[in-house]
Parts: sequence; structure tokens; C-alpha cells
Amino acid sequence: MSETRTVTQSVNKQQGEPILKVRNLKKYFNITKGIVFKKTVGVVKAVDDVSFDLYPGESLGLVGESGCGKTTTARTILRLEEPTAGEAYFQGDDIFAMSKSELRDLRGEITVIFQDPYASLNPRMTVGDIIAEPWSIHGGVPRKNRKNRTQELLEVVGLNPNNVSRYPHQFSGGQRQRIGIARALAVDPKTIICDEPVSALDVSVQAQVVNLLKDIQKEFGVSYLFIAHDLAVVRHIVDRVAVMYLGKIVETGDEFDVYDHAGHPYTEALLSAVPVPDPVGREGRKRIMLEGDVPSPTNPPSGCHFRTRCWKAQPKCAEEEPALIERGHGHPVACHFPDYEFSRGAPSSTT
Amino acid sequence: MSDIRDDRAGVADPPDDDPKLYADTVRERVGTDIVAQQAAREEDHEHEFRQTPGLTVGLGEVPRQASLWGDAWRQLRRRPVFIISASLIVILVIISLFPALFATHDPRECNLIDSLLRPSSEHWFGTDLQGCDYYSRTIYGTRVSISIGIIVVFFSTIIAMIGGSIAGYFGGMMDSIIGRITDIWFVIPTILGGIVILSLVRTRGIMNVSLVLIVLGWATMLRLVRSSVLAVKANDYVDAARAMGASNSRMIIRHILPNAMAPVIIVAAINIGVVIAAEAALSFLGVGLQLPAISWGLMISTAQQRIITAPYLLVFPGIFLSVTVFSFILMGDALRDALDPKLR
Repeated sequence: MSETRTVTQSVNKQQGEPILKVRNLKKYFNITKGIVFKKTVGVVKAVDDVSFDLYPGESLGLVGESGCGKTTTARTILRLEEPTAGEAYFQGDDIFAMSKSELRDLRGEITVIFQDPYASLNPRMTVGDIIAEPWSIHGGVPRKNRKNRTQELLEVVGLNPNNVSRYPHQFSGGQRQRIGIARALAVDPKTIICDEPVSALDVSVQAQVVNLLKDIQKEFGVSYLFIAHDLAVVRHIVDRVAVMYLGKIVETGDEFDVYDHAGHPYTEALLSAVPVPDPVGREGRKRIMLEGDVPSPTNPPSGCHFRTRCWKAQPKCAEEEPALIERGHGHPVACHFPDYEFSRGAPSSTT
Repeated sequence: MSDIRDDRAGVADPPDDDPKLYADTVRERVGTDIVAQQAAREEDHEHEFRQTPGLTVGLGEVPRQASLWGDAWRQLRRRPVFIISASLIVILVIISLFPALFATHDPRECNLIDSLLRPSSEHWFGTDLQGCDYYSRTIYGTRVSISIGIIVVFFSTIIAMIGGSIAGYFGGMMDSIIGRITDIWFVIPTILGGIVILSLVRTRGIMNVSLVLIVLGWATMLRLVRSSVLAVKANDYVDAARAMGASNSRMIIRHILPNAMAPVIIVAAINIGVVIAAEAALSFLGVGLQLPAISWGLMISTAQQRIITAPYLLVFPGIFLSVTVFSFILMGDALRDALDPKLR
């Protein structure tokens, strides 16, 4: 993918108003002790001051290790969790001020594809019922047309339309994820939150599902909030990436910026973990091994959260929290000492 | 290898459709090179598979995988315990629906001349003090036991399902309130509570006895439903339904309860037996059904006075009672074995 093409693409897509606007979103979980008299003994800052925009028709990747708050961010946007603080607007409407019925409508505009295709489909419902369920909630398709529409959707996601009366357990993981995608598409959503949609699948099937998601975006013009921990998979689908670490976004920018001009040491480390299928290219490659685990979110390190695992940490990192601002990379980085020279072979563009 | 096969089976279902045709439509519709290449590759794979005998079997057919009830049924069909208990229950239900088909005499047409006859070809189980045919009375007694068992379990399960799903699903305050009420109810022993309540009632028919057993019996069931609902609630598909905008009632009725029913059904089957025994015990103690009702409990109760001279009066209804209770409990056991994947 050439540099110019990527840049123009992202410029085109970011015109107009963002469809989803998240500002200073915080979600803290209280750890309580005691049964009757609950006493708060600690706070997990699962999402700590996260802001981003999602434009119509674009894909934004939300990347980070497990437990860094990606999924909680998504769940809070849909009000599956109540936010601790912050604002979120969908098409200008304040999500956190929505009434019950407005919320139901919102959940017809933003739909979700879940991570585990084995757990996210009700084993007691047929594929047809699963895909048709959003219509029972939001209306839109009259009862007598539902079977036809279901079959059309099955075809869109590449499944045999005769499968409507089968049960989820009769399908493989990849096929089930396609059913989940059909369900997410049923109500013509404007935005789909993909919560690690391929990480539970075999590598051979991952590519098929990612390609399917790309094709769907082309055809229906939906925007994706694409959550993943695998940077290589994300690269194939996203226009922009936000890298999260311990509840905060540490680096954000369009796909080309982040992948080829990473500024934050954590992004560098994540990128260096992407396997390269080419033994020759692998030779001169710099591998960064992060030491230790993600620190406990109940007691995050002072200053920069990443400093405990960072090889460039200096006294300043412990004292002052780096802001997510432009530091001469063309995109915002939350690091006092971002790397300017770092460059590496881009992860292969075929998975 | 098997993964490739599985996924392809859905992308192009070869035995049903022409695979080439389907691949073409995929290519047309999507219009990207990658998918076209994939489809082509899939076609190649197909030829490979077609040429390999054994691998073609069940290609388009869905792989037979675990479905809870499907597997349970497959397993139950082969289990002698289930076959025996199920056929006994079927026979007992038929008897209770159409007792006249099985009885040899009218159970209420008694002749004092025939008092206390021993079992014979005319009176298979002998006759009681009033000279009634004991076999026919035993047959007619089935209806009382089975209907009390079914009525009590049906209604206490409904109470338990409503209370248990509210407590388990909403949690918090609701859960605490329902939980404490259940705890208090647990303290009341069924038989003792039954004696106390029923001794206050003047006329005691099937409905009164059932009502008392329902009132005393829902608590265990409610706890079971609650814990089962809690377990199902944690599933992703419940989250998926909420993310879809489903209402609470839709989530409980469509998603949670159907998946939480397996353990409830097992315990319900066992409970039918337990309730039948409890009714017999109450009638035996003189606080259950009253004469002239025909019930095994009453028959056993009357028979105890003549246990030396006419032991058959005790033995025959006793056997019927034990077999009935036993078959419901066996049925519950067989269901549990079949529905619990861990025991498989």
C-alpha cells in the first residue's frame, strides 16, 4: 500500500462530522468488601480518559493487550456498562443521557460482533431466528418477509441460504462468526463494533472473515470500531489505529503513521511481536521483548503507565504523565521520549 | 484440514448446489480478487476431497455435534433405566386417565358379604373390610397420586421459575428479598408443615392437599432456578441480546429460561415422586385426603389396623406407591445422567 494512497484515503474518510464522538471517557470499577456493608477497598481504572472520533464509513482499530480496557470502552459506548465520567455522542446525540427507548434505538444503529462465536449465539435458537431477532426488537422488516431477508443476509455473509432452520452447533467457528455478522447487519446499522471478531478463529479462517468484513463495509458503508490485540490482523481493515495501554490511548494515527512511524515504545513492542513469514526479512529485524506483565490497574505506576516496562524510561517518566499530543510524528503520541528513527519492515500485507 | 473443510461446507455447500455456480455468484457479488482467489482455491480443495474416499462423507451434511437434548435423547434411548422408568410412567398415566379400562369392578360397589376376602381369580387383590374389590380401588387410586404429583410439581415449578428468574436476573435488592423469603420457607419441614396446616382444614380434597404441598414445596425449586439463571446469564448470547436492545422480558423468556431448564426438569421429575410419597404420608397420618376418596395413602392407613389378618391390604397399594415413586426418581436420575455433560 503506497503512502499517498493511504493518506488520501484517510483524508477522504475523515471529512464531515464524526458519527461517534467519545470524549474523556472513564470507567472505574469499585472493588468492594463485605456483604451487607459494602466498603470500597480499591478502584480499577479500566478505561481512563479515552477520547476518539469515528467517522462514517471508516474503520478505527482499538489495539492493546488483554485487560487494557478495549472491550470495556466498547461496552460503555453501548451503555452495557454505565460510564464513570466522560461524554459520548452518536450522530450528535448524547449517549449517556439517553432514555430507555432512545437507548434501544441506539442499539439498532450500533451493533456488535462478539469475540467468541461459540458463546455469542443462543444454542436453542435456529440460525433464522437468531438473525431475525433484531427485527422483532426494532421492527423494520414485516414478519412475512423475514425469511427472505434472512436468506439474503446469509448469502451476503457467504453461507448457504438453506441453513436458516439449522442450529448454531451445527456450524464451525468461522461459519458461526458469519452468522454473528449477519445478525449485526440485519438492522442496517451505521456502526458495527467488532469486538475481537477473529481472535477466536483459526488463522486460515481469520483472513476470510476479515475480507468479508471489508466487503461488507464497501457494500453497506458502515463504520467499524475494530477491537483487536493482533496488530497484523487489524492492519488489513482499519484506516486509523488507537493503541491502548492500561486504560489509556498511548498513540493514535492513521494506519500508515502508526504502523510505519510508530512513536510510542509500546507500539514498537507490539509491532515487533507480529510474526514475519519471510525468513530473509526476519534476519535483520529488531525484536523487542517486553518484560513483566501489565501492571495492576488498581495501582498503576505514577507518571507514564508504561514506564515500568519501558527500556527508555527516565526519571521524568515517573514524575509527569505524558499527554497524548503531536510530537513531530504527524500523529499524537503519549510519550516523553518518542522514537523518531524507529522503522521496521511493515507486517506482511497477506495473512 | 478439517477446519478448511468445515468452513467451506458453508461457503459453498457442494451436495446441495452446484459448487462452481455458487463460487461464481460469490465472485460476482463481492467482486474482489481475494475472495475470487479463495473461491478458486476452495474449488481445488474440493476436488482433492472428492477424490479421497472417506473424506467426502458428510461433506455438505452438518457435522454431528453436541446438542444438549439431541445427545441426551440419543443416550437415553439406549439406557435400560430410562426405558423401564419411562414405560412405567406411561402405563401409570394411562391408568390414571382411563382407570375403567383396567378395573375389574366398580370400586364403589361394595358388598359386605364379600368383606376381607383373600386374593382370588374373582378379586385379584382380595377385598377390603367393606367388601370392595381391592384391585379396582388400587387402580382408581393411581389417578389421585399422579394428579397430585403433577399438579403440585407444575405449579411449584412455575412459582419457582418466576421468582427464581427475577432473583437471578435482576439480582441486587430483589435477589436479597426473594432469597431471605426462601430461606425462611426452607425452615418449615414439608410433612410437619403439612400436618399443621391440613389439620386446620375441615374438608380436604385433592385441591386442598395440592395447595398445601405447593405452598411448602416451591422453595427448593426456586433456589435451583435462580442458580441456573445466574449461570446462563453470564453467557455471551445474553450480552448479545442486550446489545441488540432486547427488553428484560425478552431476554428472560427467549434467552435465559430455555437454556436454564435442563436442571429444573431433572429435579421436577424427581419431585413428582417425592410429592406422591408426601401425599400418601399425609393421608396415612390422617391429615391428607378423606374417605370416601380413593387414595393409596388412605388404603395403607386403613390397612395397618389389620396387618396380621389381611397383610395383602397393605402390600398391594404399597407396591403401587413404591413403584410409582421409584419410576419418577429413576426418570430424574436418567435425565440427569443424560443432560449433565460432565458425567458423560
